[in-house]
Amino acid sequence: MRLRTLLRQLPVQVVLAVVALIWIYPFIWMVSSSFKTNREFLSRGLELLPEQFRTENYVRAWEVANFSQYFQNSVIVTVSTVVIVVVISALTGYALARVQFPGKRPLIVLYAATLFIPKGYTIIPVYQLIRELGLLNTLPGLILAEAGAAPVLFALLFMAHFSGIPKELDEAAELDGATFGQTFIHVMLPLAKPMIATTVVLQFMWTWNSFFTPLVLTLNNPDLRTLTVGLYAFVGEYNTDWTGLTAAALISIVPVLVLFLALQRYFIAGLTGSVKS
Amino acid sequence: MVPQLILVTAFTLYPIVMTHVYSLFEWPGFGPLDRFVGLRNYTRILADELFWNAFQKSFIFMAGTVALQLPLALLIAILLNSERLYGRNVYRTLFFIPVVTTSAVIGIVMRSIFASHDGLVNNGLQLLGLIDRPIRWLAQGDTAMIALILVASWKWLGIKMIMWLAGLQSLPVELYDAAKVDGASFWQTFRHITVPLLVPVGVVVLLFSMVDALTAFDLIFTMTEGGPGFATEFMELYIYRYAFTSFAGGLPQLGYASAAGVFFGVTVFLISLVLSLLARRASQVRR
Repeated sequence: MRLRTLLRQLPVQVVLAVVALIWIYPFIWMVSSSFKTNREFLSRGLELLPEQFRTENYVRAWEVANFSQYFQNSVIVTVSTVVIVVVISALTGYALARVQFPGKRPLIVLYAATLFIPKGYTIIPVYQLIRELGLLNTLPGLILAEAGAAPVLFALLFMAHFSGIPKELDEAAELDGATFGQTFIHVMLPLAKPMIATTVVLQFMWTWNSFFTPLVLTLNNPDLRTLTVGLYAFVGEYNTDWTGLTAAALISIVPVLVLFLALQRYFIAGLTGSVKS
Repeated sequence: MVPQLILVTAFTLYPIVMTHVYSLFEWPGFGPLDRFVGLRNYTRILADELFWNAFQKSFIFMAGTVALQLPLALLIAILLNSERLYGRNVYRTLFFIPVVTTSAVIGIVMRSIFASHDGLVNNGLQLLGLIDRPIRWLAQGDTAMIALILVASWKWLGIKMIMWLAGLQSLPVELYDAAKVDGASFWQTFRHITVPLLVPVGVVVLLFSMVDALTAFDLIFTMTEGGPGFATEFMELYIYRYAFTSFAGGLPQLGYASAAGVFFGVTVFLISLVLSLLARRASQVRR
């Protein structure tokens, strides 16, 4: 029976397998190139297996091309941004869902409208603001710019989530003598775990992959480059080191790839959720 | 709530207002903001050939990626929607992987993959006998545009696939059962049930694809840097060039760049608005 289903699916399976292979081939090629020498890369570019697996490209990228520093910067910026965004958007979402105040509806509409503003539209004043705060070419400045651009979407998603939780729960907690803050931390947050996971993975992906903002905000300080900006600079400085480049590129994308593979369902839930709203 | 308000005000609302203000000044980005020029930045933009070049190139890129991605993503989504398909989750993951990987990194790696001399794409095409001589992909305007459209479609197809899948899964199963009972073929079912019911989802997918393509920066900046010449200089690159480099006659021109940003931002916003209204109408018609 199963065999028959499989046989009937065969044409579809073949088509999907071929397309899927093309889809991930660039990554297979990157992994393979990162273990080759530059000479091997040029003379036998199509062969997937290197003569022998060499790790020297990774060592070169990590130590000589300063990717250890870039990696550290990326981690600091991403983790700080994720923490700030989760805390702020969960609190705001809860407040929007539970607290009544004048001008609430217009505020929500205004929030929603800002989602459609392209980034190039706001980067110039953000740059100016960071500069006036004296935070240009500093990591806190970069974190502030990354965190500031984001929480609207998540605040709205948290709002929708908290609105779906019956008010009786809050009231029961209040009867037991819990304060607003205690209710939030001990009752609401545990119920919002899936939302928190979604926020963490999406914000991690956005900040980790961010290029425009760190490029503009760290133009004058190479030590503050994140991985994306560092890789861009790498091409300018070592423009014939192809295999070093693929090793550096893999160092940059593996963390976000691992996160995706581990927490896939939150990625997809978050993305379809944000589309619906 | 209060920190959120401060952040949103400082990093979203204030910048939107200030972009409009800057656009009325001649200003290199430092020193006092005192050379008010009224609408002169706007008249200069409208008279700049390179601005219209960027405007047009943005829309060609957008049309190309939308035309390639939407149908292909729908096709894959339909294939993956069958519950009995073996390995559907594995396929879904594989198609989604490029979406999560860093655009800037992909752009840099693709430079090497599309290299004229011994690039992976040229080597592959020659091996298959599809071309005799290597194509100089990124050294000619048209092929550079094609390469960008191919890479962008490859990278973001996964997200459209997920959107279509979500749409397909929301369709009423009873209708399909009824069609089966009536002996409708796969094609008839697709044509008369799936397509009409998917229109509202389709408008949303279209909206997201268009806005994403029009505001793409990282991939293009790292892969072609707008070149060769200005062949792939899209709007966001044009704005960047005036705002943050000293390309145009010495100093950056933040006022001028802001005016270009406002003009383009308003265009994108209007397109989004029209499509959102269409999406709303389409989903109301369905009910």
